[in-house]
Amino acid sequence: MDTNDSLRVASLWHSMHAISQQLSPTTGCSEIELLEADTFDLHIFQSLTGTKFFVVCEPGTQHMEALLKVVYELYTDYVLNNPFYETKMPIRCELFDINLTQAIQKDRVALLGR
Amino acid sequence: MPPAAPRSGDAIFASVERVNAELFTLTYGAIVRQLLTDLEEVEEVNKQLDQMGYNIGIRLIDEFLAKSNVSRCVDFKETAEMIAKVGFKMFLGVTASVMNWDADGTCCSIVLEDNPLVDFVELPDTCQGLYYCNILSGVIRGALEMVAMKTEVTWIRDMLRGDDAYELQVKLLKQVPEEYPYKDDE
Repeated sequence: MDTNDSLRVASLWHSMHAISQQLSPTTGCSEIELLEADTFDLHIFQSLTGTKFFVVCEPGTQHMEALLKVVYELYTDYVLNNPFYETKMPIRCELFDINLTQAIQKDRVALLGR
Repeated sequence: MPPAAPRSGDAIFASVERVNAELFTLTYGAIVRQLLTDLEEVEEVNKQLDQMGYNIGIRLIDEFLAKSNVSRCVDFKETAEMIAKVGFKMFLGVTASVMNWDADGTCCSIVLEDNPLVDFVELPDTCQGLYYCNILSGVIRGALEMVAMKTEVTWIRDMLRGDDAYELQVKLLKQVPEEYPYKDDE
């Protein structure tokens, strides 16, 4: 996915999230956490500050919540702590990208055993 | 998978990378001195320190939430305890305590036992109106604003001004839940 696609998914998701909060049939339900489709799963994590992280993966992939938590920590370490990163702009922090790729690779090895 | 339990301030403080305390104190001192030289007015410096603290706070809150695994606080009392016990411990390595709650539970004092920012500092006569640690009030205000609370944070007692402790008053002005710009009647 290129930047425009990511922005499209993110803005679509932001609206869906708002609508789903109003529509929820059970009380005390705050947000969508998982969207299961035929060809992919979409996991979402929302921090208490309202920042949302989502990951698109193969259907049935496990431990995505843990991965999202790791991504949240990487975000706070490499993006927010970067004084030149402007909030709400697309993230172009090299350290974040490198560490993110490493985290996903590690995860893959742990999950698939290779 | 069960959610991870919230971590204590001590545990997080032990696990993060730390910097030499003197370097931290000297760097902060250099910032304040430079602001005094540039802005000249003590009130302006107070405002600038608060603004700097605010800019730090809005980013620091996510790091706090990510590392400490806390869930949403039930009320403002819990929020204040979190700031004092986990927040101050995690970022400054100091223990703080919460006291002097008012009747509605919207205003309290956070008392710092120790303050690494002010090691070796004495305020000269020309700077008597200066709130040397005003960056801390900005940090708390900024951090709480990002979790939907508008607060007012002021210094009640400041050891550099002759008092016996560092006491911050945190007052909750209002809760501002995230609003979506969708109107029902359109």
